[in-house]
Amino acid sequence: MAITRDEVAHLARLSRIALTDAELDHLAPQLDQIITAVAQVQEVAAEGIPPTSHATGLVNVYRDDEPRPCLTPADALSQAPAVEQQRFRVPRILAEE
Amino acid sequence: MTVTYEEALQRYEPVFGLETHVELGTTTKLFCGCPAVFGAEPNSRVCPVCLGLPGSLPAANRRAIEYTIKIGLALHCGIASWCRFARKNYFYPDMPKNFQISQYDEPLCTDGYLDVLVGGRTVRVGIERVHLEEDTGKSLHVGGATGRIHGAEYSLVDYNRAGIPLVEIVTKPVPGTGFGAPGVAKAYVTELRDLLRSLGVSDVRMEEGSLRCDVNTSLSVRGSGVWGTRTETKNVNSLRSVERAVRSEIERQAAVLDGGGRVIQETRHFHEDTGVTTSGRSKEEAQDYRYFPEPDLVPVAPPAEWVEEIRASLPELPSARRARLQAQWSLSGLEFEALHNAGAVGVVEETVLAGASPADARKWWLGELARRANDAGVDVSSLPITPQAVARVAALVASGTLNDRLAREVIDGVLDGEGTPDEVVAARGLAVVSDEGALTAAVDEAIAANPGVAARIRDGKTSAAGVLIGAVMKATRGKADAARVKALILERLT
Repeated sequence: MAITRDEVAHLARLSRIALTDAELDHLAPQLDQIITAVAQVQEVAAEGIPPTSHATGLVNVYRDDEPRPCLTPADALSQAPAVEQQRFRVPRILAEE
Repeated sequence: MTVTYEEALQRYEPVFGLETHVELGTTTKLFCGCPAVFGAEPNSRVCPVCLGLPGSLPAANRRAIEYTIKIGLALHCGIASWCRFARKNYFYPDMPKNFQISQYDEPLCTDGYLDVLVGGRTVRVGIERVHLEEDTGKSLHVGGATGRIHGAEYSLVDYNRAGIPLVEIVTKPVPGTGFGAPGVAKAYVTELRDLLRSLGVSDVRMEEGSLRCDVNTSLSVRGSGVWGTRTETKNVNSLRSVERAVRSEIERQAAVLDGGGRVIQETRHFHEDTGVTTSGRSKEEAQDYRYFPEPDLVPVAPPAEWVEEIRASLPELPSARRARLQAQWSLSGLEFEALHNAGAVGVVEETVLAGASPADARKWWLGELARRANDAGVDVSSLPITPQAVARVAALVASGTLNDRLAREVIDGVLDGEGTPDEVVAARGLAVVSDEGALTAAVDEAIAANPGVAARIRDGKTSAAGVLIGAVMKATRGKADAARVKALILERLT
């Protein structure tokens, strides 16, 4: 098995996705199958070939330190689910101690 | 159970390390053209890139890369010939895109050191790495008692700071500083701040958060050679707090260990008001961040010529400047440190450049002027007197125009805004009596008035001349050159 039910539960917690026990039972084996399928790639990877992170081969693509126009606060906040004091309002971050 | 600092140090040897975050003073953010400024109205310095909106693409700021290399070189680090940014995934809303672009296992600079002056000696602090990342947004926590994240009902986020280039400088663990550990930690941050300021890469204002520290502390049982579990104290945002945080963690951990407990590896929060740390969230494991090479940014491969160009542009570093001036001025380590701690190195240097001897410059700035600055509650360098004026006063003393008492009066006049030293001398009529006739008359009068003293001097007790010098000074209301008066007295009596 590539990934356990417990690991899926842990990932769900990190991702702030609430999964029920039934959903975990349903999703964990599916995720395991997906990872096992993708892992087949490793069987063909030849030794001595470094993992590829970028396909273009480019390096050192930089921008000059010149200012560009910003969004207005109104535009920046227009897609926010909730706004207060010109800031993005987000739910409680940490539970009570 | 509480343990005093002294008790803790009898049984344990502290080891500390520091992670310092520095906001770079670039004009724009790290990956977009939004101005990197402090104090703008909320969410007014944001764009699709730093808000992580779909379809936006970051591009690295060349100057931020240059500044990071500059810091690495000044810290004697090696510069990677090829490295990548990494995506650090997490779900706190201080970043709007659910990840922070940072560097992970391929930092731009590695393995250097910083020499720190403390207690008249130099401590070499090893530098593990220097890497570049983007700063996060700023959260206001609403509800709950104290504006803290714990107990808050919800939070309000301003993303102006999100994406400002942030350099993280990580030391190697620093063992062997014993009792002085808190002081060495503070001296390191002070030295680093001065270095960064001299490089011109950051305004390094701790009170505005452009320089922030996390302090790692662990204890080792004396003689065991085994390092204990470390804690990471966040939120240490002043030089004084660095010292207090290390000290407070040493005391706390010693109490835990003495009580038979074990120190838990955790993040702790430093409280400025009480000087103690409290437990924070238990840290997520590195693997929980699922770091992977940032796919939206191509690798950074600084050409050797560019690195050498940056190296050649480095200014004289504070430690080199200190060594040069200390040698030029023939001072001991402690004497130089006194100047350094008084913030007077720069003004003394300028006073010497204006023609004063190093000894005179030091005497005035560390003596009379330091006292005035202390009375006024200001830095000695911000007194309303220029190094050139101090050099002129020293020259007037050296030429015999002023004695020390008159010189202090001239300093008074200059500090009170009465003009240059020469103008104050003229306006207040402060020059010593240089009319040899008047001086001779005063000396003769003093001899006549003190026949007993005169007789003792004739018998070879030249130390008794002080009484006569005093009489002449009194007669001239302090405006005589004491050395000249003494010479005249001895001329007449021996």
